[in-house]
Amino acid sequence: MLSRRCYELMTARVSALYSGAASQFAAAVRPLAALLIAAAIISIVLIALGASPLAVFADLWRGAFGNWLATTDTMVKAMPLVFTGLAIAIAFQGAMWNIGADGQLVVGAIVAGAIGPALHGWPHPIAIAVMFAAGAVGGALWGGIAGILRARRQVNEIICTIMLNFVAAQMLSWMVHGPLMEPSRAFPQSVVIAQDAQLAFYFEPSRLNFGMILAVVLAVGCYIGLFHSALGFEVRALGRNRRASAFFGLPIGRLTVGVMALSGALSGIGGAVQVSAITHRLFETMSPGWGYEAIAVALVARLNPLAIVPSAILFGALDNGSQAMQRAHGVSPELVYIIQGMVIIILVAFDAVAARGLRPTLFGFGGSAAASSDLAAEAGDA
Amino acid sequence: MLEAFLTSTIAMATPILLSALGELIVERSGVLNIGIEGAMLVGAFFGITAAYFSGSIALGLIAACAAAVALNALLAVLVVNLAVNQVVAGTAIDILALGLTGVFYRRFFGQTGSAFTITPMRNIALGPLARIPLAGPALFNQSALVYVAIALVPVVAIIISRTRYGLELRAAGERPEAADALGLGVYRIRWQALMIAGVLSGLAGAYLTMAYTNTFIEGISAGRGYVALSVVIVGRWNAWGIAAASILFGGAMALQFGLQAVGTAIPYQFFLALPYVMTVVVLAFMGGQADAPSALGEPYVRS
Repeated sequence: MLSRRCYELMTARVSALYSGAASQFAAAVRPLAALLIAAAIISIVLIALGASPLAVFADLWRGAFGNWLATTDTMVKAMPLVFTGLAIAIAFQGAMWNIGADGQLVVGAIVAGAIGPALHGWPHPIAIAVMFAAGAVGGALWGGIAGILRARRQVNEIICTIMLNFVAAQMLSWMVHGPLMEPSRAFPQSVVIAQDAQLAFYFEPSRLNFGMILAVVLAVGCYIGLFHSALGFEVRALGRNRRASAFFGLPIGRLTVGVMALSGALSGIGGAVQVSAITHRLFETMSPGWGYEAIAVALVARLNPLAIVPSAILFGALDNGSQAMQRAHGVSPELVYIIQGMVIIILVAFDAVAARGLRPTLFGFGGSAAASSDLAAEAGDA
Repeated sequence: MLEAFLTSTIAMATPILLSALGELIVERSGVLNIGIEGAMLVGAFFGITAAYFSGSIALGLIAACAAAVALNALLAVLVVNLAVNQVVAGTAIDILALGLTGVFYRRFFGQTGSAFTITPMRNIALGPLARIPLAGPALFNQSALVYVAIALVPVVAIIISRTRYGLELRAAGERPEAADALGLGVYRIRWQALMIAGVLSGLAGAYLTMAYTNTFIEGISAGRGYVALSVVIVGRWNAWGIAAASILFGGAMALQFGLQAVGTAIPYQFFLALPYVMTVVVLAFMGGQADAPSALGEPYVRS
């Protein structure tokens, strides 16, 4: 555990900054402002494309929350974003730039999809637990590789995790064309998982399921772990200043591997939930890029696990609504990527402008300075 | 057989080499440009689109560079002027590029994205050199962009190690405070580096669509920009090392065609995954970032 003295050294220049509710409020409002500006720019793009922004946004809303089915489908679309968003939040808090949530989710799905067909006759809760554990192991392995290479060989985890995304995608393709392919060999898809491994708790008559409850529970767990445990404090300290953390005796190597494995496990569970609750088998494309979208989800949530849930629902609504938007207006679904990219850009730019002259933090300037002041206060208590 | 393999090795290595040389300049100035994938993608799309509608390869190349430079300018505002986190900003640029090219692709070429093609850039045979057995066609009967890429290797090496501009570049990447104290203008140096990289990424993208495939499919860059990032590390931030690493990775990518033609029992996905697996393995063996510019990835704020 860090002593108060060492923490004072680490944050010597931040002590007087960013305290008080007003600036915390401002930090919380900026994501909303970023979304509004993104919407304004999108409107201009839509007008340029010859569509009416108001009509498009109305259909976007209707597609996302128009009725019970649309609303629950938005939740279903948000589900994998909660898991991957938590994965990103945990990793980024520790300044591990895990861009590989996509690959970790896919590997989690592969392991769960491979074990799933063998779970015939198992009691349902145990079969489900095995599925999720399988996903967690797969994801932890994939994230852990990058963690170990970073800790032992100083391999840049950004490039490593991106490369592993491509490897995971090819592995999935091979699995559904090869070892796990359905016996009829008609389509590139795997054998259906056992009935007992198919998540049974649904909020009828929708596809919304127990997975979302698990996602919320994990979000609370991550929040407590990150902000109310010694280990979480160490992870955040590592994120603020790696060198000082090493100097004050934190087990940098173990923390690096642990954070990457945990981050991977969260994504992997997301993959397993997808297989268990939604697809019931593996397909060539399990993820439409959730691992990348999760970066936007996590940033809008200010890397706060509790805020990940509403943030994921927001982006889930965008995904879900965009399909209705495409049907009605012929606007291509790739528009969602533009929105995601712009939200991130506007948000980090806002943070930079709002905190000009402050000490550099995780996101340039003051991006998580509010969190830093919490960190300082905690160290003071310790 | 071997001749075909060598030729496709050079073809696969060219876009990686072009963008990696740009990335080298950027990283030497202290910026880690994850947005390189996005720059290559917009170059690929806007290059072929301009060539398709104008019928001019030259206009296509200009459009490719302009699009990539514009994207890098946005990145420069973020990571140089606003000093935001370079990984986050670069990733956002990549996502944005995927969206922009996707939306405009469907806008210009229909909802189904029906395949469109252009007359590709012609290969230029360098006289008798092109008739050298084995290596001749690979090195001396290629598109102009291949020659540009090869010629740029010594040029970039000399600029970085032997010119005043190279010295400024390295100063900004190693000790930005000191460079600023000497009045070198770290912001200006990093901006310039990103603009140069924009041109090179644009050419790399243009090579993909206008010389190699003659068409565009969504996400055609397929991680080549990220491979270029690895190539810079494997090449130890040195133009010659980067050239060697590019050929190595180009060879790994070309292997799939060679071995598919021979018809092995190994699933094709293994060959598609090979360059990415190789990246991780090579980085794991080489380890370390000891040769990296000291200030790489650190936002610099003039105080």
